[in-house]
Amino acid sequence: MDPRAAIVDERLKGVARVVLVCSGKGGVGKSLVASLSSLLAAREGLRVGLLDIDFHGPSCHTILGASGVKPVEERGLTPPVVAGVKLMSLNFFAEGQPLPLRGEEVTDALLELLAVTIWGNLDVLFIDSPPGTGEEVLDTLRLTKRAEALVVTTPSRLSLATVSRLVKLLRELRTPVLGLVENFGYGSDAVRRSAEEWGVRYLGWLPYYPELEEVIGQPDKLVRTPVALHLREALRAAQLI
Amino acid sequence: MVHEWALAEAIVKRLEEVAREAPVSSAVIAVGELQGVDIEILTFALNELKKSTKLESSLLLIEKEPAELECSTCEYRWEFGSSGLSEEEREAIHYVPELAHAFIRCPRCGSPDFRIVRGRGVWIKDVKLGG
Ligand SMILES: Nc1ncnc2c1ncn2[C@@H]1O[C@H](COP(=O)(O)OP(=O)(O)O)[C@@H](O)[C@H]1O
Ligand SMILES: [Mg+2]
Ligand SMILES: [Zn+2]
Repeated sequence: MDPRAAIVDERLKGVARVVLVCSGKGGVGKSLVASLSSLLAAREGLRVGLLDIDFHGPSCHTILGASGVKPVEERGLTPPVVAGVKLMSLNFFAEGQPLPLRGEEVTDALLELLAVTIWGNLDVLFIDSPPGTGEEVLDTLRLTKRAEALVVTTPSRLSLATVSRLVKLLRELRTPVLGLVENFGYGSDAVRRSAEEWGVRYLGWLPYYPELEEVIGQPDKLVRTPVALHLREALRAAQLI
Repeated sequence: MVHEWALAEAIVKRLEEVAREAPVSSAVIAVGELQGVDIEILTFALNELKKSTKLESSLLLIEKEPAELECSTCEYRWEFGSSGLSEEEREAIHYVPELAHAFIRCPRCGSPDFRIVRGRGVWIKDVKLGG
């Protein structure tokens, strides 16, 4: 018998909402949306956590500019607070080393993280997922039981085709979909129409902002970019802030 | 390290679920070497946490299991020895045993692509029910 699953509910007891940022597609801005949403929500006065479950390519610590911090052990692991956000990532331990995990090990690592992290009371816990709908996404939905999905796409047909499958999967798993965020967007009709067709809310679009790279790791500047302004509206539409 | 308390809490929670169906007379808790759990602290934590629960009079036995790893590239099998790892690396593996992949390599071919054959972490190996 695995003792860990029994403790996950207890660990998430004080967490009001669990929001899985997902897409199915890579490079569409999931990590940016998850990290920036966390920053924006924290600045609205919410108690926010951010869990990076992209074990093969963790990014949230870089976007938030977490350095010189680590989780603290206290009958579990208390995540460090970075720019007002409680951040948990395996990168605190693996520190840039590759982590060649196979299927079952991904499940094990996720379960261990969920079982050991002490989040305390949170209004919202954002989870940044890897591309695809593998163990990370399926097990997060299974173990947290009540995650809501915030789906990110670009206007590209390649992205929309993948996201369309993800939305179907989420529906079959009975995961509530908060809505669709269009990144690298320009408010084209394509994404809006797809959202309508799939029966999910279109939450808004985020512009391509070429100077974003320069403010990665600088939360104060990140929240003042045009991307952040648009994302704030999308989060409002989703009633997350 | 006080992560043992978190593990003990999980074990007690799970066994309490079992005890809701039928009284637990004893349980065997296997502790894999890889996670580097402090058996003394775990035993203490289990005994503290089971007080005033349905497990108060259950016997909780701890069994150590050596860790064995197998390379997926060259199929070499070896016993995990924490020697050679830094304090920090051991601590990381203690929290999440899969972090072994970040710090351990196959002694024969150097591959980080290996499998933890046994002795990974903590699980409940056997439960005996009855008064
Ligand atoms: N709206 C945007 N404008 C400019 N660059 C962006 C925008 N959204 C994301 N990026 C950049 O694109 C890259 C991919 O984003 P990322 O969030 O890592 O995607 P994913 O997590 O989906 O793989 C990153 O370098 C990120 O900084
Ligand atoms: Mg990412
Ligand atoms: Zn080998």
